Formats: sequence, structure tokens, C-alpha cells
Amino acid sequence: MSTVTIDKSGPTRKVKYGSMSRDRTWALRWSYFFLILFAIFSLTPPLYMLITSLKSSAEISAATNPWWVYHPTLGNYVELLTSNQFLRFFWNSAWVSIIVVTITMLISVPAAFALARMKFWGSATLATGVFLTYLIPDSLLFIPLFKMFAVFGDWTGIQLVNRWYVLLFIYPTLTVPFCTWIMIGYFASIPKELDEAAIIDGASWFQTLTRIFIPVALPGLIAATIFAFTVSWAQFLYPLVFTTSTDQLVLPVGIITTLIKGDVFNWGQIMTGALLGAAPPLIIYAFLMDYYIAGLTAGATKG
Amino acid sequence: MVDVAFQPNRTAAAQSGRRRAGLRNALRRKSMSAFLMTLPLILLIAILVIYPAIYSLHLATLNKAMTKFVGFGNFEFLFKRETFWLVVKQSCIFAISAVIFKALIGFIVAHFVHNVPANKQRKWRGMLLVPWVIPPAMSTLAWLWLFDPSYSAFNYTLSFFGIGPIPWTGDAMWARFSVILVNVWYGAPFFMIMYLAALKSVPEQLYEAAAIDGANWWQRIWYVTLPMMRNIIAITTLFSLIVTFANFDIVRILTAGGPLDHTHIFATWAFRVGIEGSDIPLGASVSLFMVPILAVAAIFILRDITKRGNES
Repeated sequence: MSTVTIDKSGPTRKVKYGSMSRDRTWALRWSYFFLILFAIFSLTPPLYMLITSLKSSAEISAATNPWWVYHPTLGNYVELLTSNQFLRFFWNSAWVSIIVVTITMLISVPAAFALARMKFWGSATLATGVFLTYLIPDSLLFIPLFKMFAVFGDWTGIQLVNRWYVLLFIYPTLTVPFCTWIMIGYFASIPKELDEAAIIDGASWFQTLTRIFIPVALPGLIAATIFAFTVSWAQFLYPLVFTTSTDQLVLPVGIITTLIKGDVFNWGQIMTGALLGAAPPLIIYAFLMDYYIAGLTAGATKG
Repeated sequence: MVDVAFQPNRTAAAQSGRRRAGLRNALRRKSMSAFLMTLPLILLIAILVIYPAIYSLHLATLNKAMTKFVGFGNFEFLFKRETFWLVVKQSCIFAISAVIFKALIGFIVAHFVHNVPANKQRKWRGMLLVPWVIPPAMSTLAWLWLFDPSYSAFNYTLSFFGIGPIPWTGDAMWARFSVILVNVWYGAPFFMIMYLAALKSVPEQLYEAAAIDGANWWQRIWYVTLPMMRNIIAITTLFSLIVTFANFDIVRILTAGGPLDHTHIFATWAFRVGIEGSDIPLGASVSLFMVPILAVAAIFILRDITKRGNES
């Protein structure tokens, strides 16, 4: 048997160590080689954003080597960060995202608690329904939602279309189902003895939730918060449909509709704006990567 | 964990007489408070998801001015338009090829990351997931600039290899390739992360047993890795199929459907017809064509997830 396995390079123990480690080393070298290739592929667009954002318009239109900055300048950053319009987009985005995250957590955490622990009539169906809602994409609902809010405005006189706060009603349809779903998973994994003990000691359901479930499931809560923020920040279709006045736009739509003037692309500014727009999710990711990945994998593995 | 559980215990010990009453009370109120806790969720789903879904069925049966019921008129109109069949074809090409490439690249990269020593995996994983973190609308702008007809950085680089300027977004075939490329770039990291998590959950003993039986690396993948990862692969693929099929951002920003409607997919064409062309009923009808494929994928995902639930 041993003569056969020597050629097969399998990690069996009693074969020659030399050949095995040589195979391992080569496998490792190839892995690194391809990982570097894929990393270049992954990081080219963001790096190119950074390179272009440091160039002046003159340097861009001179068509020098696009991968190198000959005269680095922060002019684009200064111009955007002092432009009231751009700051307005940024604040609109920030407000929408922060309020949506709050609304999402207020709706999904109690709901997930009820669905995970208090078995009531229809709770299993509702949990499945929540998951199915999460699978409904924005591109299916934007037309009826747009018409709905327009009709609502006609009936009640409360005009919501073309106001940034209309997004506060719409974004939760994207964030709440997923957050509820992963919180159900996290809550369900908490041992039952814990909340039974609390109930016997006279804690109300609300106290059980705030004193036991939220502290214990905090990692899940952070993952859900990050997800809700990222989705609200990145959402493009709904603001494109619902808001048109420049002072009501959020960042992604604002950059695309105002920095591209007709056929004139001011690429230095567009790339600067795109990089600034990508910065908040990237910063959160850089600091809370493990929570981010936990939330990402939880969607399909929990439940 | 234990500290938290004990805290109410201490306060309640003083009033132990009320313990049983408290338990009974809590149980009696249970269904009522559960209902109240889920009420906002139910209202949100009912008003802003289920109602619009039904409303779009109603919208699809109206004429352009939304004054008259036309039955299947919008659908008949769509079936007669050449652009519609172009959109159907392009949506299928786009979604299927993008998902296949994302799954393949994700699978391969996950193996490479898995091969690297454990203490370095975090760094690689962190770098490779960056495309997924950047809002797609922002990163597609960078791609648009990389593809720019006159200043394309790709064409600049390729010119050193003697490859002539490529019309990345100007020619129908190249534009189709470009939108798929950007979508693969954006979505492959998600597959990579999912597969990496699945790879880590395969017990090492299985590989050892396979190696003792003389399995080569291909047999190890085919008989050990793939069967162990089957569930994750199925769920990730179906999930990505839904998201890719319903994609809007990338196509909208990169080509806006052009050249000559050759890269329109359902979402972008529904936007063009329904919002930009202000023919809301027709737009609603277009987006309704996404429902069958989404429903099939959703049913399979649900089946897999409930199966997992039953196994554990």
C-alpha cells in the first residue's frame, strides 16, 4: 500500500516527508500566485478610483499613463467636500441610513424574539414568510410602490414622492426581513433554560428580551446592524425612482445625476465622489470584518 | 451569560411569593405580547411588500393612462415587440453565465484561501471581499471609467500587448461581456466566503481517510468536498440567481441598456419603460416576468433550508 500512496501525494503519515513537503510547498506557491492574481482583479477598480481621484482634470485629459499620478493633487477632494450640494447628498445618505437602521432594529428584534421563542398560532408560517419576503428583489416592487405613494399623495395631500424621507418607509422592506431572519437564528441558538429561569423569577417578556436575549445575541445584533446600514447606504434603484430634486438625493444617485453633465464626464470628481461614497461601508468593514462575514454567511446557514 | 440570568433571580428572591403568579401571568399574556411584538413586522410586510405585489398585478392590466382595463393587452403588446424578446434572452444569458462564473471563481478562490496557512487567511479573505463591500453603484462607476472609450485604462494596458482598442461598452457583444464581467467581479467574493465557510466545516478525517484509500486531489474534491458542500452550493447558487436576475445597478450605470437595447435586462427595461417612459402599466408587466424564475428559485431555497432545519 505504501508504494502506491507515495506517488499520490496524499497527506498519509508514513510516506517520505521530503516529497510530501515539496508537494505542499508547490501547492502553496501556486495558491499564492493565483491569490495575488485574484486580489489584483478585486482591487483594481477601487485602486483606480483612488489614482484618478488624485489627478487634476488637465492630467486626465492629457491621457498620460492612466495607472500613475504624475502631479498628485487633493483638488478634487477639496472641491467636493466644500460643495454644499455634495455635502447635502452625504448628509441625506447618512440620515436615511441611520434612521433606517434604527427602524429596522426596533421592528426586527422584538419580532425575531417573538418568532424564535413565543410559539403562537401561525408563527412558523410567519417566519417562512419573512424569509420569502427577503427574496423579493427591489426591481420587482419599485413600480407599484412608486404608483402607490403617488396615489397616496393624491388622496391625502401628503406628498411623499420626491422627499428624501420617503426612503425611510421603503428601505425597511429590504432590511427588516433579512435582519429578522438572522436574529431568529441567533435567538433560537440561545439555551431555553436561560429564559425559562428568567420567566420563573418573574421577569416579563420584555425584560427577558432586553436583559438576556439582546446581551447574549449581541454579535448577531451587530451583524444585522452592519447589514442594514450597508444595504441602506448602497441602495440605488429606489432613490433613483423616488427622488429627483437635487436637494433630496442620496449619495449614489447624486453623484450619477449631478457630476455627469450631459456627455461631459468630470472623471476626477466622479471617482472622488465614488470613493467617498464607498468609504463608510469600507471603514465599517475594515474594523468589524468578522461581524460583517458572520452576517453574510448567516443568511443561508442559520435557520 | 450566567451573570445576566442570575440578576433577575436576586431581585425576585425577595418577593418569592409572587413567583407563581408571575409565571401564570406571563404565560397568559404570552400570545398577546407575541402578537404585539410581531405587529410592526406584519404591517410592514403586508402594506409595503404584499400589497404592492398584488397592486402590480392590477397595474399590469391597465392602459397607459391607467383609466381603462385592458386585460392581457400589455402582455400581448410585449410579445409582439422585438425588444422584449431581446430582453428575455439577455436576462437569461446575463443571469446564468454570471452565476456560473461567480460560482466557479468563488469555488476556486475558496480553495486557494483554504490552502494558505490559517494565520494568513484573514488578510486574504479581507482583501478578496472588498468588491462585495463597495456599493455596486460606486464600483460600477470605476468600471465605466476603466472601460471609457477614449481614455480606457484597459485599452491602454492591452495596447502594449498589441491588442487593439476594444469597444468595451460600444459593441453589443463586448457590452454583454462587460456587464457580466462587472457582475462576476462584484458577486464572486460572496461565493468565496460561503464556500470557505463550507470548506472549513468538512471534517479533516474524511480527507485523511480518502488519502489512505489512495484518492487523488480530483477524487477528493469530487467524492468528499462536493458532497459535503452540496447544500451550501445549492443555496448560494439559487440565492445569487435571484439577485443577479433582478440586477439593476450594474447594467443601468454601465450601459443603461445600450447599445441599441442589447444589454437591457428585465429590471433596467422596466425602469426605462415604466419610469422614464411613464408607461407604468407596461413597466409593471415587464417586471412581472421576473416572478416565475424567482418563484422557482425561492421554492428550491426554501426546500433546502427546511431540510437543513430538520436534519439538525
